[in-house]
Amino acid sequence: MLNLLSIITFTPAIAAAILAIFLRGDDEAAQNNAKWVALVATLATFAASLILLVGFDPQDTGFQFVEEHDWIMGFTYKMGVDGISILFVMLTTFLMPITIGACWNVTHRVKDYMIAFLLLETLMIGVFTALDLVLFYLFFEAGLIPMFLIIGIWGGKDRIYAAFKFFLYTFLGSVLMLVAMIAMYVDAGTTDIPTLLQHQFSTETVSLAGWQIIGGMQTLLWLAFFASFAVKMPMWPVHTWLPDAHVQAPTAGSVILAAVLLKMGGYGFLRFSLPMFPIASDIFAPLVLWLSAIAIVYTSLVALMQEDMKKLIAYSSVAHMGFVTMGIFAANQQGIDGAIFQMISHGFISGALFLAVGVIYDRMHTREIAAYGGLINRMPVYAAVFLLFTMANVGLPGTSGFVGEFLTFMAVFQVNTWVAFFAATGVILSAGYALWLFRRVVMGELIKEALKGIKDMDRREKLLIAPLAAMTLILGVYPALVTDIIGPSVTAMVEGHNLALQAQEAASQLAQN
Amino acid sequence: MIGADLYTALPEITLALFAMAALMVGVYGGKDKLAEPILWATAAIMVLLGLYAGSKGLDAQTAFNGMYIADTFAHFSKMIILFSAAVVLVMGQSYMVARGLLRFEYPILIALSVVGMMLMVSSGDLIALYMGLELQSLALYVVATMNRDSARSTEAGLKYFILGALASGLLLYGASLTYGYSGTTLFAGIITTISQEGMSVGLLMGLAFMLAGLAFKVSAVPFHMWTPDVYEGAPTPVTAFFATAPKVAAMALIARVVHEAFGTVPGDWSQIIAFLALASMFVGAVAAIGQRNIKRLMAYSSISHMGFALVGLAAGTAQGVQGMLVYMAIYVTMNIGVFAFILTMSRDGKPVTDIDSLRQYSKAEPLRALALLVLMFSLAGVPPLVGFFGKFYVLWAAVEAGLTWLAVGGVVASVIGAFYYLRIVYYMYFGAEAEPLDTVRAPVQATLLVASAAIMVLGVINLFGVEGAAALAANALVK
Repeated sequence: MLNLLSIITFTPAIAAAILAIFLRGDDEAAQNNAKWVALVATLATFAASLILLVGFDPQDTGFQFVEEHDWIMGFTYKMGVDGISILFVMLTTFLMPITIGACWNVTHRVKDYMIAFLLLETLMIGVFTALDLVLFYLFFEAGLIPMFLIIGIWGGKDRIYAAFKFFLYTFLGSVLMLVAMIAMYVDAGTTDIPTLLQHQFSTETVSLAGWQIIGGMQTLLWLAFFASFAVKMPMWPVHTWLPDAHVQAPTAGSVILAAVLLKMGGYGFLRFSLPMFPIASDIFAPLVLWLSAIAIVYTSLVALMQEDMKKLIAYSSVAHMGFVTMGIFAANQQGIDGAIFQMISHGFISGALFLAVGVIYDRMHTREIAAYGGLINRMPVYAAVFLLFTMANVGLPGTSGFVGEFLTFMAVFQVNTWVAFFAATGVILSAGYALWLFRRVVMGELIKEALKGIKDMDRREKLLIAPLAAMTLILGVYPALVTDIIGPSVTAMVEGHNLALQAQEAASQLAQN
Repeated sequence: MIGADLYTALPEITLALFAMAALMVGVYGGKDKLAEPILWATAAIMVLLGLYAGSKGLDAQTAFNGMYIADTFAHFSKMIILFSAAVVLVMGQSYMVARGLLRFEYPILIALSVVGMMLMVSSGDLIALYMGLELQSLALYVVATMNRDSARSTEAGLKYFILGALASGLLLYGASLTYGYSGTTLFAGIITTISQEGMSVGLLMGLAFMLAGLAFKVSAVPFHMWTPDVYEGAPTPVTAFFATAPKVAAMALIARVVHEAFGTVPGDWSQIIAFLALASMFVGAVAAIGQRNIKRLMAYSSISHMGFALVGLAAGTAQGVQGMLVYMAIYVTMNIGVFAFILTMSRDGKPVTDIDSLRQYSKAEPLRALALLVLMFSLAGVPPLVGFFGKFYVLWAAVEAGLTWLAVGGVVASVIGAFYYLRIVYYMYFGAEAEPLDTVRAPVQATLLVASAAIMVLGVINLFGVEGAAALAANALVK
């Protein structure tokens, strides 16, 4: 299977093309056909990605399954995965069939909806497999188009504002990265990512408009990439697009946004910022750690006060992403292991939470927390599911949420105790808002008239959420499933990072003597 | 060697003779009854000449003692000009007929302006430059007023004429200064003078005035005032023409002048062009936000796009010229698609240009709406659509030439610009319902719209080889 990665990446796009060309009409049969084609395509993609996982050798820290073809302007079409990226590919392919299942009740422009999701899957996988700067940028940016349409066409009341905000915010972040990429191309003469990983970008102090830039080119490049990934992540204070986008997006859109699209920021930090600009990363690490700590505490407090369920989960996502950036820029084995683990686990947990909100939204057409209460009386299964994911979100030991948080804490404790201290208070706050949400929605007496006839989860909904519950528990009790795969690659990355720092240290000492 | 000279300039001569013959046939023949055959014949001859220019490809010749240059750069630009002019003629035909605007002078005037453009891109001398430019402009002034009974159209023509005359005056003044301080009108002579005696203040003034005059032609800020009014007032097929071929010709002419005549002192003109570029990108992006009329919106969009093309020229390298050429080829393709669509916008048989009328267009015409969506994202420069690669090229040239600040300015402007392109998508796909547009069959326009969108998507594979051709053209110009 020489081009397995291309097959995985483009299967959904081909299915989208088939739908676009051959499916006519908008009656129920056509709608069902569209849904089934999309489901089969995403399942096939998942199956193909399992082959990838089986064939992957974790001990090899280089890129595997590499494909390379010439493209325009001296760029290459180059794909490959390593220990850092393979699990993101798996996460995407695993979640897509669930996402498609989550939009089974949609009746408005079904064909277009399925096409948008299928294209989005291609673009998301492409981001994680691209090994050429421009190719990466292509996938990274192109994903904005389907997501803009998903929020805009199928979203809620204020969807237009949210769609524009989402698009322009993330677009502004990424164009600066584009200029940085061009500068890297000019400096290194190639856009090949494995080569760039070996390339040393200058760290000589430069003077720019009267400012002395310590770390020189690396610092500037790092800042440009940071602008893009921090918005995508999203980090405080550039997170404000996320609550809007989440609240307005349809359920399936929220799932994919929280579970996969946010991970592109973290992946970007791991793929570019840390290994390519080690000196600049070291200079800015304290800043990122503090921003993360602020994000964790601040957004948890904001989450406490939300009246809209989706908004609450969105803010909690920002807080959880704070653990990820904290882990990455602690730049040690536990930190990066923990960051990746946290991203994977957050993919399952936040996806499931948005699905759970979708379940009651489909029934009551409101996301107001105040409109619910006492659901346990009529929806026992739902209450159990919601409890599991609430606990996972809080980071209860035994769920995957615990492992990621614990590892990042351990990492950051070695680097900066105060940041670890503040981040730990965030955990308490997260228990606060999550349990309070659970109490207000699920517990208590069922007194609201409108809720008296509410039905428990049906078979489709149980089927969708079961795999997520299973993964959350399995990873909670046996985290080695993930860490065995990412471990060697992370070790290599951390070693490379430390070597670069030592070399810099030695060079500056030499200069002093 | 007059025979050889004439042979070298054969394409221009053919088209000019054809235009004159067609004029005779029109005047003494059936007048406007012959308009359609003349239009088709003009389009056909343009396509043939375009193919001829393509077949000349790599040969480089000069004629009339260096006043006329037929090199790869000229051939490449001529191909874009001729093909786009032919396509615009064909796609506007039904619109002009339906509104009684198709007079036999229309294709002839277009043909004459194209002769002027071909001369512009081939000029090797200040006089040839001015002749070409004026022939082009005079024909366009008349075409802008094609709709004689409309006050707007005549106003557009008049405004264009007065401001155009002013710009020509500036250009001519600059040319005379240049001539005065270098003692020759030949580009080759000017560059020799500069390399022997250095850049004198007089030459610098001459260069600045010439660039100002040329900036008017590409509607670069601050010489852009005429563009929105003329775009709005002129009949839509004419606007489509304004937005495509003349822009390519003027942009190529700027490249020609700065590299052939002032190529050894890029520092002196690169700042001027960089300023024009930055101002155009920002003004074009910001001013378009307030526009409700799609033709005015496209006017500001073209100002912004010219800014990006100028970024390539500001780099002052072969790579920059290549970027500019690729950018212009892509720009023209996108604009043909968008204008093909604007031509079909009508309600109760009357043309409408209000973007509000596009609300929920995707329900009435899913395929056309999708094609327009692709074009809008491509105009905004969102990958993987081809419009992105145009931007990438010029930004790359700018960074390579050390103009990183210009590249940063460019990408920020492109984000601002994305807003109004997205707004059109928003109207088509998730705006509130409104009175729908007429459903018109318009097979030619629909085909062009869809083809242009398809090029934007499929071009990601290899840009249809335009990159390599542009590289050859750029290397022919920049030695």
